[in-house]
Amino acid sequence: MTLESIAAPEVRGLNLGQPVIDVDINCTVPSIEALYPYLTEHWREYITTSAFKGAIDTSYPRGAPTTALSGTTPEKGPAGSSLELVQKQVLDAWNVEYGILNCYYAVDGLHNPDTAATMASAVNDWLRAEWLERDSRLRASILVGPRVPEMAAKEIDRVGDHPGFVQVLLPVMSEGPYGHRRYWPIMEAAERHDLVVSLQFGGAPGNPPTGAGWPSYYLEDYVTMSQIFQTQLLNLVVEGVFDQFPKLRIAFVESGWTWLPSYLWRIDKDWKGLRREVPWNKQVPSEYVKERMKFSLQPLDASPDPRHMTMLLDQLGSDDLLMFSTDYPHWQFDTPEQALPVGLSETQRRKILSENARAFYRF
Amino acid sequence: MNMMQRPVGSPSPSQWGYPGGRGWGFHNSHPNEGDDVMVLTAERTEAHGRPTSYAVIDCDIHPNLAKPDALDKYLPERWVQYRKAIGGRGYSGSYYPRAVPNASRTDAWPPNGGPPSSDLSFMRYQLLDAYDMDFGVLQPLLGAGGQRNLEWSAAEASAINEWQIETWLDPEPRLRSGLVIPYEDGDLTVKEIERRGSHPGFVQLMLAIRTSEPLGRRKYWKMYEAAEALGLPIGIHFGGQGGYPISGAGWPSMYLEDHAGMSTAFQAQVISFITEGVFEQFPNLKIVLIEGGFAWVPVLGWRLDAAWKKLKFEVPHLKRAPSEYLRDHFWLTTQPMEEPPRPEQFLELIEMAPWLQDKLMFATDYPHWDFDDPEAALPKVKLPDGFAEQVMAENARTLYKLPTRVGQK
Repeated sequence: MTLESIAAPEVRGLNLGQPVIDVDINCTVPSIEALYPYLTEHWREYITTSAFKGAIDTSYPRGAPTTALSGTTPEKGPAGSSLELVQKQVLDAWNVEYGILNCYYAVDGLHNPDTAATMASAVNDWLRAEWLERDSRLRASILVGPRVPEMAAKEIDRVGDHPGFVQVLLPVMSEGPYGHRRYWPIMEAAERHDLVVSLQFGGAPGNPPTGAGWPSYYLEDYVTMSQIFQTQLLNLVVEGVFDQFPKLRIAFVESGWTWLPSYLWRIDKDWKGLRREVPWNKQVPSEYVKERMKFSLQPLDASPDPRHMTMLLDQLGSDDLLMFSTDYPHWQFDTPEQALPVGLSETQRRKILSENARAFYRF
Repeated sequence: MNMMQRPVGSPSPSQWGYPGGRGWGFHNSHPNEGDDVMVLTAERTEAHGRPTSYAVIDCDIHPNLAKPDALDKYLPERWVQYRKAIGGRGYSGSYYPRAVPNASRTDAWPPNGGPPSSDLSFMRYQLLDAYDMDFGVLQPLLGAGGQRNLEWSAAEASAINEWQIETWLDPEPRLRSGLVIPYEDGDLTVKEIERRGSHPGFVQLMLAIRTSEPLGRRKYWKMYEAAEALGLPIGIHFGGQGGYPISGAGWPSMYLEDHAGMSTAFQAQVISFITEGVFEQFPNLKIVLIEGGFAWVPVLGWRLDAAWKKLKFEVPHLKRAPSEYLRDHFWLTTQPMEEPPRPEQFLELIEMAPWLQDKLMFATDYPHWDFDDPEAALPKVKLPDGFAEQVMAENARTLYKLPTRVGQK
């Protein structure tokens, strides 16, 4: 048996003829030592002398081709850990006007709430000092530990007024769905600081990713992530988050979006039959989605037939839902020409490349 | 529940015995309009030879026990005692009370006082005769497969199968059913398949979608081996409990979420079946997804293919693109139909996965509240040639090897 190649294609950018807003640039903490300047002596000592050497993340296996395009791994540290490479391979290569850094450092997998909060603060301070203050094109998501929402809200209050932070990062896999009242302190804090709340690929809550338990393969973890986004979407609507927080906006990042039209058909119909349970909802779920949510463009999970993509864009029922993303350094497209669906109108193209994100994030 | 406790809106006793056995159950008809409906029925029958425009095979009907002790006569004394003393113990945690008692239509409570769908004559009257169905496929939702006590799971499954034969399959030649099995244990499942799997009334195995491990995993392979050997499809119905939240986002709050969210559980199982290589191991195995929706199918295929192209090295046992296994090995029932805001979008969906024309099978979900009426279920658009006929009956007839009509070979 010959082994399948596991090499991802070479990283490449493309000038799309206008400046773009990239809402999904993944950056990575290179090592626990990189966070030392942002930790107190107590925590440095604890990390040095205990078995704890930082959060453990299995959502993006380090060696998997999906995790890193070829050429994105710097000489020292993992892909996504070098500002210089991000500048060269994303910001310059794609003519990026604004780029949002998403640093999913798996604090949600830490059961000790103080450790989670401390590490989240350290990552946010590292992002501020070593990324946001070094390139004016960059913006970032606030990392929080979602297990204790009150502590997450405190972190949002601590850094939420820094102009570089434009949203809160919540991993889509969670102990409970984020519409649940226990998470409302996070929503409240985000609204208070006029921040977007983003749900993003991955998470380490301890729950299995499927309703039937733990799958065997990473391929399954990866593919099933879109079903977890589906659960979250419905829960955010029916628990009344959008009714309770009238200014709150929610982004789904790296969720895929081609599943959205048919899913909305399903949940709108169910909602009509069972809305007695959720009297605070004022409209069908799809209306909340169109008014208050946006989705990163990648992954496309595209049909091989471009006509199907045109149908799906039409079925979304709005040109305002998608925001351009490279998902750097993850392997989503083989060539940069595949970053956009074909057949977009001029308006759709402009909205996706920059204007939807500009309005959503108030750039 | 007895007759005095019928839900508000149930038909009054004088309406049960309507002559001819067809009077209501039609879309837009109301029990109180009996005379008008009779006229309508007569006209349709005259024009089409049956009250619907095409033959109907209903792939999702839920029979129920008339009384809680109805299985006792099929159980060994040890398990009668066990049932009375302890009863069901599943992988609990997924208790989302239904919107209506028994999740049933308020007009489905039969005149004899038993729960909905516990009385064959009323089922004939309200469903099989009312729509002049060629066949109906039963899905007993009695929870046997999800029992933690595996011996009890096996004993209950056997009793349910005997009850199915005696109460439903023998007296009514239009009915078929799924063989209930203790699916969390391979050896006990094979034993039940060997015991009763060859009975002609059983046209598939019956599982619930929420199992204690993803269904592609090897603990279930003995079941697939036995099913494939007998040519029985694996029917997997909405519901069940495996002890885990419905997806990796934890436990939702509402029945609405459990109901609509079941499509996510179905998708996860499809991913598992394909990724684990079940169809390389069992190339003739057929899976029927019952009450899981189907509009998610094309996009899931694309997403699987996109990920597989990058992660092939992890699953070298897959010889084809995942979407090909999806196309070749899965059948899906229609109810609850996803309804696009514009009916033409249904045609776009079919264009994205044209093979659905050969794989979709009509279902009512009788007697449940979200019942799909055979006359009203399909979208009001010009469907591809043969689509309605295939979906309403012929795909199921082919899959389950059913004759043209009862009495015809």
